[in-house]
Amino acid sequence: MKLSIYRYDPDKDAKPYMKDYDVELEHSDRMLLDALVKVKNLDDSISFRRSCREGVCGSDAININGKNGLACVTKVADLPEHVTLRPLPGMPVIRDLIVDMTQFFKQYESIKPYVVNHDAPPERERLQSPAQREELNGLYECILCACCSTSCPSFWWNPDKFVGPAGLLQAYRFIADSRDQETAARLDNLEDPYRLFRCHTIMNCVDACPKNLNPTRAIGKIKELMVKRMV
Amino acid sequence: MSLGLPIRRFDALVVGAGGSGMRAALELARADLKVAVLSKVFPTRSHTVAAQGGIAAPLANSSDDNWHWHMYDTVKGSDYLGDQDAIEYMCRRANEVVVELEHMGMPFDRLENGKIYQRPFGGHTQDYGSAKMAMRACAAADRTGHAMLHTLYQQNVRTNTQFFVEWMALDLIRDPQDGAVLGVTALEMETGEVCIFQAKATLFATGGSGRIFYASTNAFINTGDGLGMVARAGLPLEDMEFYQFHPTGVYGAGVLITEGVRGEGGYLLNKDGERFMERYAPNAKDLASRDVVSRAMTTEIKEGRGCGPEKDHVMLKLDHLGAEVINHRLPGIREIAIKFANADPIRDLVPVVPTVHYQMGGIPAKYTGNVVVPEGSNNESIVPGFYAVGECSCVSVHGANRLGTNSLLDLVVFGKASGEQVIKDARTMPGAHRTLPKDAGDYTRARLARLDSNAAGERVVDVLTDLRRAMQAHCGVFRFPDDLVLGVQKVKEIAERSKRTFIKDKSKVFNTARVEALELDNLVETALATIVSAEARKESRGAQARADFPSRDDKNWMKHTLWYKEGNRLAYKPVHLKPMTVDSFEPKVRTY
Repeated sequence: MKLSIYRYDPDKDAKPYMKDYDVELEHSDRMLLDALVKVKNLDDSISFRRSCREGVCGSDAININGKNGLACVTKVADLPEHVTLRPLPGMPVIRDLIVDMTQFFKQYESIKPYVVNHDAPPERERLQSPAQREELNGLYECILCACCSTSCPSFWWNPDKFVGPAGLLQAYRFIADSRDQETAARLDNLEDPYRLFRCHTIMNCVDACPKNLNPTRAIGKIKELMVKRMV
Repeated sequence: MSLGLPIRRFDALVVGAGGSGMRAALELARADLKVAVLSKVFPTRSHTVAAQGGIAAPLANSSDDNWHWHMYDTVKGSDYLGDQDAIEYMCRRANEVVVELEHMGMPFDRLENGKIYQRPFGGHTQDYGSAKMAMRACAAADRTGHAMLHTLYQQNVRTNTQFFVEWMALDLIRDPQDGAVLGVTALEMETGEVCIFQAKATLFATGGSGRIFYASTNAFINTGDGLGMVARAGLPLEDMEFYQFHPTGVYGAGVLITEGVRGEGGYLLNKDGERFMERYAPNAKDLASRDVVSRAMTTEIKEGRGCGPEKDHVMLKLDHLGAEVINHRLPGIREIAIKFANADPIRDLVPVVPTVHYQMGGIPAKYTGNVVVPEGSNNESIVPGFYAVGECSCVSVHGANRLGTNSLLDLVVFGKASGEQVIKDARTMPGAHRTLPKDAGDYTRARLARLDSNAAGERVVDVLTDLRRAMQAHCGVFRFPDDLVLGVQKVKEIAERSKRTFIKDKSKVFNTARVEALELDNLVETALATIVSAEARKESRGAQARADFPSRDDKNWMKHTLWYKEGNRLAYKPVHLKPMTVDSFEPKVRTY
C-alpha cells in the first residue's frame, strides 16, 4: 500500500511537506490505522493520535484522500492503492497529523454541555419515557472527533464565532432532553448572526460523520425552535 | 528550578481522566481545593469510553434485587478472593452512585414506566445464586461507558475542573523520610516540557495494562502507567496474576463484543452448532461468569470443536433476537461486527474468541482509596498522600474474577469515595507543601536523557512485540507449569532489553516515539508482576487456571499476592473475609 503523508515538525522543518511510504500489509491489517502503525514501525518520527482502535474514542480523525474520517474504522479494502493523508483541515497543525483542537473544544464547552435541572433531585432516578429517551438517539453518540466541524466551510472561516456542527449537535442534545429546563437560555445562547446562523446547510458534516449522525438535522430543529418562539 | 525542573503545586492531583479519575475530580471540585487532573489523552478518549453493556446496581426495576444478592454474586464471582468489606461497601453504594449519574444527565435507556432499563448479565442472580437471573445491568444501549464518560466530562466542564490534557505522568516522587507521596514528574507531549506536579494528595486513576498481551480488547493507551510508576517507586502490586479474558472478542481483531448480547439472549455455538455452555454451566449457561465461559470456549477449541478452517474460534449467535432488539439495544455491536468481522448479526454468526480484557489486580488500596502496603506487622499501612482508584487499583472487589458491569460501578463508587477521603484528609494536612527531596526529578531526567542521547539500541516496537507475544503464549486462559517458568525467564530477558531501547525521533514536539518508549517501561513492570505472580500461585482460582493445580486451594492460597519490583520479591496478605455489617460468605465450590 502506498501512502503520501503530510509531515511537519516545527522543531526541525521550515515548512510542511508530503512524504511517501510503501508498506507491506498482512492479512490482519484490515484498517487504515493498522497501515499507519506499520508506517510508524518503519519511521518512528511520524506522529498521529490513536487510542481505542474501534471508532468510539474519536482520537484518530484525519483527512483521507480529501475526506475526513477515523483511521481505525476505515477499511483498507475500501481505499484505492494510493492514499493521501493530511491533518484535519482548518485547524492549526501541531505536528504531522496532529492538530490543535482547542478551538473545537471551546465551542463545545460554549453550549453548556450538561443537563440543567433546578428541581431538587429525587431519591431515585428522574423518570423519562422511552419516547422522550428516543429523542436523544442520534445525538448523544457523538465522539467529539471533529470530522464534521473540520469539514465545514463556515467553521473554517469562523472557528471562533460559529459553534460548528459538533457543538450544535450537542446543543440540541440538551435541548431535546426532557430532564433539562434551560431551553430558553440555550436558544438565547445561540441567537447570534454567527453562533448558529452561519450554518448554510452545506451538509458536509453529515457526509463526514463516522458515526452516521446528522448535525444538519439537529441544527434545523434548533432553527425551528428559534422561529417558533418568535411568532 | 533548584531541582532542575519547574514545579507546579496543587492541593490534590488526579492522574488519569477516565471514569474513576473524573468522578473523583468532580467530588474534589465541590471542596475548596486546588485540583489538577493530568491525562495522556483528552478525557473523553479514555478507555472507559469503550465499556458497553452496563453498570451494576440493584435498582430492582425489572426483577427483584437487593445489595445482599449483588454482594453474594460479587464474592462468588471473585472466587472468594475479593475483600468482603470492600465488596459490601461497593454494593451498598451502587444505587446511590448510579442514580447520581442519571441526575447528572446520563442517557440511560428506559422502561415503559420511565425508570432505568436493566438487563441480565453473567453471574447476576436472584436469591444468592438461584437459577433465576437478576436484571441488574443499567444500560445506555450498548454504549454505557461512552454515555457515562461523556456525562462525567460534561459535569467537570460545569465545575471548571483544571485539566492538563496530553500530559503523561512519568514517575512518582516520595519523601525518603516516611515514604509519603509528594507528586509526580510529568511530560507535556505538545512541547516536550517536563515538570514536577507537587500535591498534598496524589490520586492515581491510570487504568489497566491490557496491552501486555498480544490479543486484547484494550486501547493503545492501556499501558499500565500508574503500575509502572508505583513499581519503580518501590511499592508493591497486588494480585496481578488475575487477568480477565473476556469470552467475546472479535476473532482476529480483538475488539470487544459486550456480554450484554448474551444478556439479551445471544449464545455461543461450536462447529457442530451445539450450544456448548449447557454442558459447562447447566443453570446460567451462556451467562456464567466470564472465567467459566472463557475456559469452556478454550476447551471446545482445544478439543477440536472450534470453528473455521483453523478451528480456532467459536460462533456467537444473535440472529434469533430479531432486527428490532439488535438495532435498538445493540446498535454499537452491530456496527462493530459489520466493520471488524464482516458479519451482520441480524443474519450472520459472529466469530469470537476469549480475549484479554481486564486487570483484576493493581495498586493495593482500601475502599477509601488510600494506598496500603505492609509495614512491620501491619499488612495495610497507609501510604500518606497516596490514593488509587479504578482499574489501576486493587481494592479488592473483583478478587480473582470480575463480574460484568462491576467495573463501571467500581469507577464511580470508589472515585466518589476517594474524593471524599481526600477532602477529609485535607482538613488535617498542613497548609504548606513539604520540601521536595533534592533529587526529586533526577530519575525521570535520567530516563529521558537516555532516550535523547542513545544513538543505537533496540527498537521499541520489537521489544514490545516480543513482550506481548511472550505474555500471550505463556500466561493465557490455561496456564502450564513449564510454560510459566519459561515465560518468567523470557519476560525477564525482555525487561533487560527494554533498558537499551532507542528512538530515532529526538524532537521535542509531540514525540509519540518517546511516549511509546516510556510506556514500554510501564508495560514491562506490569508484565513481570503478572507472570511472576502467576508462576508462584500453585492453584486455580478465578482467572488463573493451572493445568498442574486444577483446583482452588483455600488452605494454602486464600491470600492476596504482593509483587515487588526489587528482586521480583513476592509477599502475601490475608483476604478480608469479614464484611462490614453482614455475615461472611463462606467459600463454596463455584458452579453456575
